[in-house]
Amino acid sequence: MPHKISLPLSSLFSRPRRAILMLAASVLLAAFSARADIRIEHWQTQNGSRVNFVAARTLPILDVRLDFAAGSMFDPAGKIGLAALTHRLLDLGAGDLDEDEISNRLADVGAQLSGHADADRASLSLRVLSAPEKQAAALAVFTGILRQPHFSAPVFARERANSVAALKDALTRPDALANRAFWNALYPAHPYGNLTTPEGLAALTIEDVRQFWRAHYLAANATISIVGDIDRDAAGALAERLAAALPTEGVPPVLPDPPVADAGKILQLPHPASQAHIYLGLPAIAKNDPDFFPLLVGNYILGGGGFVSRLMTEIREKRGYAYSVYSYFSPMKQGGPFTVGLQTRKEQADVARTLAKKILADFLRTGPEPAELAAAKAYLTGSFPLNLDSNWKILTQVADIGFYGLPLDYLAHYQERVQAVELADIRAAFARHVRLENLTEVTVGAAKE
Amino acid sequence: MTCTRIRSLRHCALLLVCALSALAARADGVFETTLKNGLKIIVKEDHRAPVAVQMVWYRVGGMDETDGVSGVAHLLEHMMFKGTPKVGAGEFSRRVAAVGGRDNAFTGSDYTAYFQQIPKEKLTDMMALEADRMRHLTVAPEEFAQEIKVVMEERRLRTEDNPNALLFEQTRAVAFQAHPYRRPVIGWMNDLENMTAADAKAWYEIWYAPNNATLVVSGDVAHEAVFKLAARHYGGLKPQKPPAQKPQREPEQKGLRRLTVKGPAELPYLLMAWKAPGITRIDGTVEPFALNMLAAILDGHASARLPRRLVREKQMAISVGASYDPLNRGPALFYLYGTPVPGQTPEALEAALKAEIADIAQNGVEAAELARAKAQLLAAETYKRDSVFGQAMEIGAMAILGFAYRDIDAMNARLEAVTTEEVRTAAQSWFNDDSLTVGLLQPTPLAETEAASAPSAAPTRR
Repeated sequence: MPHKISLPLSSLFSRPRRAILMLAASVLLAAFSARADIRIEHWQTQNGSRVNFVAARTLPILDVRLDFAAGSMFDPAGKIGLAALTHRLLDLGAGDLDEDEISNRLADVGAQLSGHADADRASLSLRVLSAPEKQAAALAVFTGILRQPHFSAPVFARERANSVAALKDALTRPDALANRAFWNALYPAHPYGNLTTPEGLAALTIEDVRQFWRAHYLAANATISIVGDIDRDAAGALAERLAAALPTEGVPPVLPDPPVADAGKILQLPHPASQAHIYLGLPAIAKNDPDFFPLLVGNYILGGGGFVSRLMTEIREKRGYAYSVYSYFSPMKQGGPFTVGLQTRKEQADVARTLAKKILADFLRTGPEPAELAAAKAYLTGSFPLNLDSNWKILTQVADIGFYGLPLDYLAHYQERVQAVELADIRAAFARHVRLENLTEVTVGAAKE
Repeated sequence: MTCTRIRSLRHCALLLVCALSALAARADGVFETTLKNGLKIIVKEDHRAPVAVQMVWYRVGGMDETDGVSGVAHLLEHMMFKGTPKVGAGEFSRRVAAVGGRDNAFTGSDYTAYFQQIPKEKLTDMMALEADRMRHLTVAPEEFAQEIKVVMEERRLRTEDNPNALLFEQTRAVAFQAHPYRRPVIGWMNDLENMTAADAKAWYEIWYAPNNATLVVSGDVAHEAVFKLAARHYGGLKPQKPPAQKPQREPEQKGLRRLTVKGPAELPYLLMAWKAPGITRIDGTVEPFALNMLAAILDGHASARLPRRLVREKQMAISVGASYDPLNRGPALFYLYGTPVPGQTPEALEAALKAEIADIAQNGVEAAELARAKAQLLAAETYKRDSVFGQAMEIGAMAILGFAYRDIDAMNARLEAVTTEEVRTAAQSWFNDDSLTVGLLQPTPLAETEAASAPSAAPTRR
């Protein structure tokens, strides 16, 4: 997928918006919020792709998304960055179309192609008007991308060079540095901790990309999500067509041993920025972890609940130390991290970090108050419909359920599961997953000693 | 141009889609009334999910500030969560959360807006809260003392430590000399350091009144019921005449302006800004509509002119883009920007970007390119209806500019009518060096400022 450099916002929000500041959290938030009356139909294609479908016939829009187990955790040893580079090249020439023809043909019918790649998965999404001729034109292009990406040598060379340059640029930014150091420190023996380096990227070859694609973009490795203005029969035919475009020869990927929480580390890295970027955390839970709901509810109280969390109240509201301060769990294929984050003027970094740790420690020791639990449940159950109020949000939920194999009635039971959480459940779940001795601290831009 | 404002110049592909869609709305299901105290109310019904959005837009923003108190509009927005005689500091958000709602607020040059996304049956509670703080804010000095620190941290995060953002801020400050768009919405740091609770309170007293506001509600609501609720909650608030605003028109620029910002980065970043006309009347000149289509042709999708020619074919840039927002209270700018690949100079990229405009000025655009941009615009009109929140944003942003929501149909028709010749004329008319400001981010490698800090560097352990 082409990447764009971003310029700053001209509007300022009084609070950091989750969508921007907590990208990893969106995995978590997305998975656990929905309207109980969303009906997901599930089946498998003949060649083994799993399909989840929600009919939404009000608007003439069709959304189709494929998720592959092809995230960076599957980067082969010595080829870190390969998954992301492969994903980036998918739509830059495929079938009988070159990269410009692909983009032009989609734009000609107003279709929008987007993608996302993280540690677990690589995805492709197509949004198109449901009018038959528009749908047909866009799906023809989309199917070609699935069937036969070109991975042509000149395009590969260009995108690799641009990726190297963009990575070097990112390595000058304090938040990018802090984020990398954090993941690397949390996962020393698991691929979640791998670091893409400019040198490693530059050494990747087009044959590496082709091999990675053949091994991972398989029908059996794909989850197909369909949401929108289409009936069940047509969705069935569409899923068959998409899956039929995918290679079937290959071996499903083998997962590494799950990560374990080690003794915490303390990292302090210099940076000339005026603020220190601080991350605290440890490897925590996978999707499907039975402790998820107690952790979700408890974390809302600790640092998940926008303006009303303990971290926000103590660090921002009472003391003005930070604009943004938060905590969240990111359940992943294997133990995803628990993260506490904030940025503050570097002269007060130690004070702010110490306070954040104390708030966490207090929370672990005594757990939430009954009133806090009641407020958390009220929010998490009451706000449930907000996370399924558009086709796009429904698609996100459905893709998550499909890719991570969550039960199909997951959304239907969400609110009652939140309601069932007791104070003791929260204390016990945090005690199991968040141990202070395992807490790693990363500070980029620490004040000079 | 809601997305443009909110995401201004972030992901420019997205930007254009949003820009186009903002101009392409439909007036279906939109109802409007005005209370006796001047509060305008606009309701957009969307019954797909049992949710609603309440937004209150005030027609006051960074451009209404004066020197020395830059940032006060945004600071006041923060203070709006800090209590009234009825609702204690921090209580506002607690009450919103307690009903399963999410709230936030945002400030731009042209406006300040507040919103809650809620289960639909909680609308009346939200109206009670929002009406209360429309006229009864406390602005306690002890709350101000903490919040101004938060805003300074926000400035550090967004601007001080973000070289691209600094470049953007400086470029606008150079492009505009008389018009208040020269000041950053978040405020200069020194102005924030010297701001007082009294400044914030004075701002509130002047600008926060029902006749300077627009209430927008979208979602699973019935408009008659919303009108009744709004009359009950907001009807008793006293109007107050806002002060006359001076035009502060920017004098004509008489020559190229250049500036440099140095900051930690690996790659330079080039930002070019031309003075451009905006949309002041729906039936006005074709120029802003033609410029809007020009921006879409340049950067509306992955193989639009700029990325195709400069990133893919010539391979002289890692990324390039065009951005133009014709809907503002003040003057518009047309931006081109990009990051050269290592080995290419920003000067070469600047020349190449100008050459793309010159090519269009000389040879025009293909009919297929324009048709493609219009197809994207039409589709985006439909996609936009998928977001309850986005629809409220668009309505509010239009209202701030004095346009009716249904004017979007007419704007859309104007865009649809733009011809290839008009696009060519726009490229000929508005890209003179004399009205251009060029900003350049000059990278200072980390190694030169402090020890290089690759995360693989040996960690200190305690």
